[in-house]
Amino acid sequence: MTITRSEVERIAHLARLEIGAGEVDAVCAKLDAIFGLIDQLDAADTRGVVPMAHAQDLSLPLREDVVTETDRHALFQREAPAVEAGLYLVPKVIE
Amino acid sequence: MLTATLAETSAALHAGRISSVELTRGVLDRIAEHDPALNAFVTVDEEGALAAARAADAALAQRTAGALTGVPIAHKDVLMTAGLRTTCGSRMLARFTAPYDAHVVAGLKAAGTVLVGKTNMDEFAMGSSNETSWFGPARNPWQRDHVPGGSSGGSAAAVAARLVPGATGTDTGGSIRQPAAFTGVCGVKPTYGICSRYGLVAYASSLDQAGPFARTAEDCALLLNAMAGHDPRDSTSIERPVEDYTRDLARPLAGLRIGLPAEYFGAGVEAEVGAAIEAALAVLRRLGATTVDVALPNARLAVPVYYVLAPAEASSNLSRFDGVRYGHRAERYADLADMYRKTRSEGFGDEVKRRILIGTYVLSHGYYDAYYLKAQRARRLIAEDFRRAYAACDLIVGPTAPTAAFRIGAKSDDPVEMYLGDIFTVAANLAGAPAMSIPCGFTGAGLPIGLQLQGDYFSEARLLNVAHQFQQATDWHLRAPAPFA
Repeated sequence: MTITRSEVERIAHLARLEIGAGEVDAVCAKLDAIFGLIDQLDAADTRGVVPMAHAQDLSLPLREDVVTETDRHALFQREAPAVEAGLYLVPKVIE
Repeated sequence: MLTATLAETSAALHAGRISSVELTRGVLDRIAEHDPALNAFVTVDEEGALAAARAADAALAQRTAGALTGVPIAHKDVLMTAGLRTTCGSRMLARFTAPYDAHVVAGLKAAGTVLVGKTNMDEFAMGSSNETSWFGPARNPWQRDHVPGGSSGGSAAAVAARLVPGATGTDTGGSIRQPAAFTGVCGVKPTYGICSRYGLVAYASSLDQAGPFARTAEDCALLLNAMAGHDPRDSTSIERPVEDYTRDLARPLAGLRIGLPAEYFGAGVEAEVGAAIEAALAVLRRLGATTVDVALPNARLAVPVYYVLAPAEASSNLSRFDGVRYGHRAERYADLADMYRKTRSEGFGDEVKRRILIGTYVLSHGYYDAYYLKAQRARRLIAEDFRRAYAACDLIVGPTAPTAAFRIGAKSDDPVEMYLGDIFTVAANLAGAPAMSIPCGFTGAGLPIGLQLQGDYFSEARLLNVAHQFQQATDWHLRAPAPFA
């Protein structure tokens, strides 16, 4: 398959990544080569095979509905780039 | 003493021949002397290490010490260490201090180990050479213009250079075993679910698994004893009785059935690697093992499946890095969307961006069935190959990697070439089964060669048994790279 420039721009937008206009072709070429490898999957006969999402057949564990975590927001927010009054600050989104 | 194995170090500490503080100071001095040539460490925590060593000496004096008390180790920088910088080899987290310990970090701390520092790695564990690290490549102690492998390259290099007797790594597609092979040490990827992923910064959650590096199988077993165990904080952590992974080390190999898949001995394996594997098989046969041909007909699908599923999971996991709650935030931006874009574009390196793009693509509308579901179906075919093979054998043996370590830069511009090097390691991750690499020879150029042992689910003790018996009959694991001997 061939990945087009517009597809690269679309997925970069979905992934919130910026690819400079001058880099798109190089990114395209590398992704093309990788999808050449991935496309070897086409040859596999997977009809009727149940998809395997996980290594173990685990059921979702349940626990008692009790509080186990303590409030550590001050500790965690120490790592945030911008915080005020216990809130994460981001650029204004509503005019 | 400073270059002793973990078990020897433990014995010396318990016999009072050296204190943990003396040992730790010596280790810190060795790191200061040698690490500039290796770049195996991202962070060295002298103060924390000496405090832990003093506590270990107190426990040794009070006879409350265990096998790992006072032993210096290092953690891969993808494992959260409370109060200590945890970078994942990325600019995104270059100044991030972990607020809590990963489960395996806490386990090794509770066992009394002395954490001396955090090791270099491919960015967010995405790479097979340690070249994608924001902090520059770690170097192979055997030949410093060669890669140590990846993604846990720093841990492997640190253990190979005798800077620490043991270290942790994580293995999503071979990231413990391949660097172990490239640097001539032992590395174990346990069964998925044995070591909790709590505090392991996620790359591909259905594949990620932590494990130990050390010079001997016995040392790996001692470390794994402190890392394994059920943890309710990881919903995929398996609840099963605690095991002593050293319990079978001394078991003779008579009756052991080794499966040899033709797929692991064909084209693409360097001749010197193939010859070393054959020689290792001869040793195992002499020790009483028999070999039987088994088939893994879907082995060729493993790399393509991996490079769909791992990037898909990565693209989702790494969406959390948005410049809001932790990590890098761009200096200048026009609005929120621009802040996300600039933050992520500055914070992530090329390989991470590439895998996020692949993952976003295969999960996007119109491609999900063709790529993601198709790969999940093929993943089951690969797992079923192993199930069938283990009806006829106890473990599967082959090369860990098709080649020995390559030169820094040799593959860095060709991702496909780099990905193909994972051919023998990714299948164990996809199946979720345990595997390990042990040294079994050298190339003519003096680079180590790794032997991979793979087993059925929960067969770690058996793998370690076979590795230990091999090491009783060979001395590959005793060879040290000259500048660090």
